[in-house]
Amino acid sequence: MAYKKGDALTARELAAQIPPKERLRRGPVAMVECVEEIPCNPCVEICPQGAISMPGGLNKLPRLDWEKCNGCGVCVSGCPGLAIFMVDLTEGRDRAKVALPYEFIPLPEKGDKVMALDREGNELGPVDVIRVQKGKRLDRTPIVTIAVPRKWALAARSIRRLGR
Amino acid sequence: MAEIRLTEHPILQFKRGRKISFTFNGKKLDGHEGETVAAALHAAGVTTYRRSPQLHRPRGFFCAIGKCSSCLMTVDGVPNVRICITPLREGMKVCSPKGKGQLPEDDPATIWTWPGQYVDKILETEVAIIGAGPAGLSAAVETTRMGAETVVFDENDGIGGQLIKQTHMFFGSKEQHAKVRGIDIVPLLLEQIDDSRAQIMLEATAIGLYADKTLGVVRRQELFGLRAQKIIMASGASENMLAFEHCDLPGVYGAGAVQTLMNVYGLIPGRRVLMVGAGNIGLIVSYQLLQAGVEVVEVIEAAPYIGGYHVHAAKIRRAGVPIHTCHTITKASGQEKVEGAVVAQVDSHWQPIPNTQRELAVDVICLAVGLSPTAELLFQAGCQSCYIPELGGHVAVHDENLETTVKGIYVAGDASGIEEASTAMLEGRLAGLCAAESLGKKAISERKEEILSQLKELRTGPFGEKARKGKEMMRQEACRYGL
Ligand code: SF4
Ligand code: SF4
Ligand code: FES
Repeated sequence: MAYKKGDALTARELAAQIPPKERLRRGPVAMVECVEEIPCNPCVEICPQGAISMPGGLNKLPRLDWEKCNGCGVCVSGCPGLAIFMVDLTEGRDRAKVALPYEFIPLPEKGDKVMALDREGNELGPVDVIRVQKGKRLDRTPIVTIAVPRKWALAARSIRRLGR
Repeated sequence: MAEIRLTEHPILQFKRGRKISFTFNGKKLDGHEGETVAAALHAAGVTTYRRSPQLHRPRGFFCAIGKCSSCLMTVDGVPNVRICITPLREGMKVCSPKGKGQLPEDDPATIWTWPGQYVDKILETEVAIIGAGPAGLSAAVETTRMGAETVVFDENDGIGGQLIKQTHMFFGSKEQHAKVRGIDIVPLLLEQIDDSRAQIMLEATAIGLYADKTLGVVRRQELFGLRAQKIIMASGASENMLAFEHCDLPGVYGAGAVQTLMNVYGLIPGRRVLMVGAGNIGLIVSYQLLQAGVEVVEVIEAAPYIGGYHVHAAKIRRAGVPIHTCHTITKASGQEKVEGAVVAQVDSHWQPIPNTQRELAVDVICLAVGLSPTAELLFQAGCQSCYIPELGGHVAVHDENLETTVKGIYVAGDASGIEEASTAMLEGRLAGLCAAESLGKKAISERKEEILSQLKELRTGPFGEKARKGKEMMRQEACRYGL
């Protein structure tokens, strides 16, 4: 388990979190990148669709029911581990949208070009910000949605602002 | 170059008080009302306060929460004042002590009257709670709810303890305020304290605790006694030091100090930080540094694995911060303050491996290498102690109700053994309930069962193993003492 050494999750460790292809094609869906048993369960409490469960109790892994998840994004800002992302592959053959929690300032604005980063902070390439959600309901964890080439849909997990 | 004072922050808003002036060794400086002397000095760029008495090494703050005595200065003529918890006041004269700091006159008669006063009175209360952090406030919620007259005191000039620095959302479940940021939990706790029965005394330090449950308390320059029928010690913990070459240089700061500067006073600790320790505190403070716009050069951890949650590590990794396990710090460089650090790989015996040294240009070395319970007063009062590494070292022997070997003295939160703030709040409530119950207040069995089951749940799972083991050893110790 490389992540125990402080490394990013590997494709294998992530495999169980990746929604099936048919589900991905149907619309935005959450990807819960929480693979370690920690005492935590707000994701279960806040999902309005009841799509996240935690069989076995507080210290077990969250399990997402892809069929129930409607991609609303509530869990992205409500997860204290900032471990939930939204992936949307309905933007045409080559594009994807990734929504991620972003607690840094200055917050980018819609239309900005930003650098997409992978789980290790490596630069993937410049991408467009297509939506920025903030407000009281999100409690200081804004959600930034970026449009990325489809091949980065499962890789882009952070951004760095570029000079305007 | 970025300012030391933050004006914007993604989570916090800093409301600074009016500008006031003070002097440091005769030099006029400005600070703000509401900040500590140490915060004002840091903002003014002063990192060296004084010289060590023997080797004349530079000394600044280390823990910034009143626990280590690294910041002792002479303030308005009073020697050995911990300026990291002393609020700045207009016109204050802050001076480096000569040697160990001297009382102004040798006449013992004047010592007791100068410059403050000894109040020849002993206040009385049903419950006295030492510390207004997560455990202490939670204890007061229960004692006041059950109708016990309660005095809570804290040596800081605000309540909340370390909660007021926790900008991240808490884990756990709804009952433990999961998803709520630590900073927002303080008002929630305060709301639940029945203030008709509680008195909160700030800037009040407990300096003595005696077996008859009388406390010596110093509040500003006033010394008085407080006799309580029940005492709850919720005094928290102190930051551990790590020994390496020049580890005493200013710029080597505890993680709690960095959080205090950054999240309470809105001051960046430096520009480039080496984080030592990848437990939850090291990982969380690294993330908070990034949020304050400070570069975290890398996080090192001597163990082969990180001690904190992967989700915390992932947040800083995707922001580009490397984490190196099997690494330690061997040296800090710099004359007056930290200018760099040398890190090296360690072997399975924790020894640095030759030729693996790397030099890093950093101006802050942040130590997040664990905490030790603050329990000295309990030992003074005659509470039996034991050494349990899983709980952070020397702790007071206590039973399941958190009562020590001295009847009527309870311990809760990090002072009873190092854990998380969520468990500290539950322990505080438990100690509060039990203390009030033993005063003859109405029975409580249901709430107590509820708290015990929540504690048990939080300590289940792989990350609860250490606490489980520690508490089991404590149970055996308690049996030995017939608790
Ligand atoms: S995106 Fe909405 S529906 Fe899907 S898991 Fe998250 S909160 Fe539930
Ligand atoms: S809220 Fe986030 S960190 Fe907590 S269990 Fe759910 S996914 Fe994991
Ligand atoms: S007591 Fe002030 S720095 Fe530790």
